[in-house]
Order: sequence, then C-alpha cells, then structure tokens
Amino acid sequence: MDAFFLQVLNGLDKGGAYALIALGLTLVFGTLGVVNFAHGALFMLGAFCAVSVNQILTISRRVKDESVTFFAAYKDEPYLITWFGDTGEFIIDYSVPISLLVSIPIMLLVGLVMERGLIKHFYKRTHAEQILVTFGLAIVIQEIIKANFGANAIPMSAPDIVSGSASVGAMLGLGNSVIYPWWRLIYFIFSAITIFGVFAFLRYTSFGMVVRAGMHDRETVGLLGINIQRRFTIVFGLAAVVAGMAGVMYTPILPPNYHLGMDFLVLSFVVVVVGGMGSLGGAVAAGFLLGMLESFASTNTIKSLIPGIDQIIIYLVAVIILLVRPRGLLGKKGVFE
Amino acid sequence: MNMSARAKIQTTPAKDWILFIAFSIVILTMPLWTMPIGASYPALLQKFAIYGIFAIGFNILFGLTGYLSFGHAAFLGVGSYAAVWSFKLFTMNAIPAVIFGVIFSGLLAYLVGFICLRRTGIYFSILTLAFAQMCYRLAYSVLTPITNGETGLQLSGGDPRIIDRMFFEASPGLPSPRLFGYELGGYAGFYFCAVMMIITFFIAMRITRSPFGMKLKAIRSNQNRMNYIGFHTRPYTQMAFVISGMFAGLAGALLAVTDPLAGAERMTWTASGEVVLMTILGGVGTLIGPVLGAGAIKYFENIFSAFNENLLHNTFAILPDGLENIVVSAISPFVGNGWHLTLGLIFMAVVIFLPGGFMEGITRIQRYIDRKRNGSVDSKTENEKEPNHG
Repeated sequence: MDAFFLQVLNGLDKGGAYALIALGLTLVFGTLGVVNFAHGALFMLGAFCAVSVNQILTISRRVKDESVTFFAAYKDEPYLITWFGDTGEFIIDYSVPISLLVSIPIMLLVGLVMERGLIKHFYKRTHAEQILVTFGLAIVIQEIIKANFGANAIPMSAPDIVSGSASVGAMLGLGNSVIYPWWRLIYFIFSAITIFGVFAFLRYTSFGMVVRAGMHDRETVGLLGINIQRRFTIVFGLAAVVAGMAGVMYTPILPPNYHLGMDFLVLSFVVVVVGGMGSLGGAVAAGFLLGMLESFASTNTIKSLIPGIDQIIIYLVAVIILLVRPRGLLGKKGVFE
Repeated sequence: MNMSARAKIQTTPAKDWILFIAFSIVILTMPLWTMPIGASYPALLQKFAIYGIFAIGFNILFGLTGYLSFGHAAFLGVGSYAAVWSFKLFTMNAIPAVIFGVIFSGLLAYLVGFICLRRTGIYFSILTLAFAQMCYRLAYSVLTPITNGETGLQLSGGDPRIIDRMFFEASPGLPSPRLFGYELGGYAGFYFCAVMMIITFFIAMRITRSPFGMKLKAIRSNQNRMNYIGFHTRPYTQMAFVISGMFAGLAGALLAVTDPLAGAERMTWTASGEVVLMTILGGVGTLIGPVLGAGAIKYFENIFSAFNENLLHNTFAILPDGLENIVVSAISPFVGNGWHLTLGLIFMAVVIFLPGGFMEGITRIQRYIDRKRNGSVDSKTENEKEPNHG
C-alpha cells in the first residue's frame, strides 16, 4: 500500500508538468487551430527565466574571505548580501518563487510577439506547414538559449526551507516509509492551482465565456461584433505564461538545459493526443494519468515483468489510444478525428 | 486542370532520360566540381550521397502522399544496425550489408506503417514520432545486447564473420568494409554511395511517373475523393511508406559501410526532423529538390561549423579594425557552434516565404524571366498557379 501510494506521488509532479504544457498546447489548438511545435520551447524559456533571475540576483564581487587566516583567500560575495545582509541572502534563497513572478510578464510578451509575429500568418496554412514552421522556431529559440547559457544543465535550488522531504506517510497515517520531497509536493499543488485558475478563468469570467463561445463557433461570435481574434491572441499569451511558469517551477526538480523544451514537447504532444485534441479536461487528465503510469512502470516489480516498459509506456499508451479511440480519452466526437 | 499540372503530365520519357543522365553525370563528377567550393573530400561527399538517398526516400512518402512522418530516423538507425551485424556475423562485403539494412528497415516500416497509416494528418505525425521514440528508447535500454547501448555497435576482433572465414584467414587488426576485394574507403566509398544514389533516384523517378505515383499524388490532393471513386488507398500509402522506409534503411546501411559504427543517437526525433528540413528546403514533391536540400544542409553544416572567431577575423582582416570587430561579433553567433541557429532561421524563412523550397525559387525565377521575354502574354498562367499542397 505504501509503495503504491509513493508511486502515485511520484507520478504527480511529472504529471503536473505534462498537464500544464499540454493544457497550453490544446488551448492554442482549440482556439487558433494551430499545432504549435514551439510550445516546449516556451516551457524551456520559462526555466531559463529562473536561471537568469538567479544569475542577476547573484552578481558578485570578490571579497577577502575572513574565515581563512593563514593566507589571503578570496570568495565571491553577491552584492545583495553586501548591501542588505540577511535580507539579501533571503532574496537569493527565494530566487525561484521570485522568478515565477518575473516570468509572467516576460512570457506574456513572448507569447504575444510570437502569435502576432509568426503564428498569425499560419492560420490558413496546412497543419503540416504549421508544424514545420514552429519546429523551425523551436530550433531557433533553443539555439539562442544554447548560445547564451551554454550546453550544460544549470542546477537550481529550491528555497532552503522546502529543500528537505515531507513525511507524507505520517501526515496521512500510512506509515513512516512514505516520504516525499517538499518541492515536488509544492509543484503538484502549484500545477493544480494553475489548472484550476485557467479553468475558472474560462468558466467564470466574461472574457472566458467569449473565448469558449469562439472555440465552438468562431464565425458567429465574430458576427456579433466581438473581436475574437484579439481574445485568441491573449489566450495564446496565457498559454505561454502557463508553460513558462511550469518551466520556472520545474527547475529545482530537473536542472534546465537547452533541449529541455524538445524533450517535454514530444511527451506533451502525446499527452494532448491521448487526452483528445482541443479538450482541456482531457489534456489535464491524460497528463496526470501518463505521469503516474510512467512512475508505476519504472518500479522494479513491473520492470522485471516486462523489461524496458518504463522507457516506452507513454508512447505505447498513445499508440493504443490512437488506434482504439482516435479522438482521445475526453475528445468530443467529430473534432479532428 | 490548371497549366502547371498539365505541364507536369507532359513530361515525356525522353525528357526523363535526359534528366536522369544529367543527374548521373553531375553526381559522378561531384569530386571535380565541388573542388572550387571546398567540399571535395570523401567524408563530405559520402554524406551528400547518403543523406540524398535518405531525403529522396522521405520525399516518396511526404512529397507524394503528403503524410508527414516524424520518425524516419528509426529506419535509418535500423539499417545501420543491420549492416553492422552483417559485417560482424557474415562478411565485410558491402552488398549483403546493404541488402540486410534494406530488408530489416523494410520490415520495420511495414509494421510501423501498418499501424500508423490508420490515421492521417497530425495524428500520423505523432504516431510515427511515438514509434521512433520507442525504437530509440529501446535501443538505449533493453535492446543493449543487440545495439550495444550508448557505446554504439562496433566491429571487434572476435567477430565470427563466417563467410569471410570460409575464403581466407583472419588478418590482424580490424577489417574495413569492401566490395569483392576493393576497399570502400575514401573516394571508392563515395562512388559506391553515388551509384546507390543514382539507382535510388532512378527508382524514385519511375515511381513518380508511374500510375502508382499518380495515385499517391491523388491521395495527397484528396484522399476522400479517392475513396469515393472506389480506390482502396491503404495499400498505396502502405507501399509508399515501406519504400520510403527501405530507402532510409539503405542510407543507414551506407552510413555503416562508410564507417562501420552504429549508434542509437541516429534515431532521435531531431534526426528525423533533419530529413524533414532537407526535403522542405530543397522542394517537396520534386525529384531533384530533396537531393539539393540534403546537399545544401550537409555542405553548410560543414562549412559553417568550421568557422570560428579567428577564421572570421582573418576573413574580414581587410576591413578597418573597429568595423572588423563589429562584423565579426555580428556574424559569430551564426557560425561555428551556432550553425543550427542559421539553419533554423533559413528553414523558417523557406517555410514562410517559399513553401516549395529551392525548386520553387528556381521556378519563380524562370517564370519571371519568361514573363520579361514574352511581355504580358503569359500573365494568365500566373493567376492559375497551382495551389501548394506541401
């Protein structure tokens, strides 16, 4: 039972990341009808927002290390610590949550520029051409990041206070063996909140209502005198923000490198397809489902039963779903079957 | 029917033969005419030929039927593995290696195609992507006894090579691939690949001009209509998929022939993306285009990656110092390690402005010259331009 519960937990944070990226992908597809292969790059850009914020916060100068008395030793001390002392240290410690705030306007801007600058011109083109041009864009973004930050992964740390593990088992009365890193737990909660936020935004605001109406019948909404195009552009920016925030929060779990986006892109596309193209609920459900399946498949019991299953389970599920139920788990009938 | 489609049908067998012979001559004399542009060394020429084959094969699927596969690198990888195993188990002769590569990738393509072709459009792309990722992941993990995991499959002194052993004793050191006694290194290797490419080109040409090719093109324009007319389209797409997979396998086997080593990184999905880039860049659905695209990418990859700051400083040494530094710092992000950035930008530009690739560019220039010559007589054909299905 404990082992089972632990695997569920393990699947949650990864599933959260899949769900957040897939949510944006399917939102863009549902509104603009564009297949965006550069969405993974947005996730990666978010992660590198966190990296650059951290680098800016820790701009340092060389100072003499007072603790070494035998010889003149020097160490790097961030200006923030020199200026503000403990408060500066506190700020550096919390660089990831701070970058979360910083990333929102940046990602919104990136999303809007991308939509207005490129995606706009591809509404009427075929899906193949949309895939190709966004694939090219993804390569370009990835290479720019590589040129600026190097090819190696850059480790990031979560705030000190949550760097340990939570004894989840003891909290829920399941035995002490179930422990789980705090940050992953936070990631899951963060993704749940974000997902609920997006759904609530679409469900309970008049802006969201218009967007949903536009997803159903774009033409009629346009005839009613609403500038649906502008709202869809904003939705694209929103999807970029969601992907970016997911990337920021993921940095302490997986050190970001320049091909992070491509790695996650393939998986999140699979997630979208399993959930059903254009179905928001489907994307979220499939994200968590596949995250959990992956973590179950990587347990030793199952690996010894079917060797190699942990490597391919997600793709296997996608193949089976596409063949048995092509519209995906929660896809609507007739939508892009 | 519009003008350009009519023009396409009017290609006569005689014209095709001229094209084919011209193509063969151009390919076979490649070591000569690539000399002035600094590309005339065997390793690069071999790459031209091999990736040309890969792109020609990919074009049979994507160019003719419109099915965009994002998993073709898997077939390339399987071809490589099969070829290296043939070297290890049977003989260092290149012919069996190539045959094995083609057969095994054909089998895999049949299986993958059988499943993936049930769906079209983006679903097909994602299914092929999923299969390629599965092959790649498995090659790295469970199939290590066959693929030798991260190290890659290599020749070793202890390989059985049963057919070779029947005829002569094992010589010390690692043997290299040969063709009945001729060692296939350097230019010999290039000519082997070049002949293979010419054969591939010929097959691709015959397919494009055949009724089978017409049906594939019809599937691209409107598969539903094909079905309503009463064609069962699956066998045709399946056939195209298998042929294109076999070409990819041939390319993989040739990679192993020129350098007997096979690694799983050949199967990554970005490697599949590369062949897509080549085909699009050159011109989808044309015969020459994919070869052109493959050549251009491999050429610029070599040239651009070789540039570093020192070389740039030397190149622009004639400029005044301040200007030189500005020019060098403006160019350096795009060359050397940044070559992929340039590639991405060029690729985006081609998809946005010139969806037909280089070949469309050539056609446009040709049409422009024609119009200049004939005045405004031809302006009507301009309006009837064939819509692009690419």
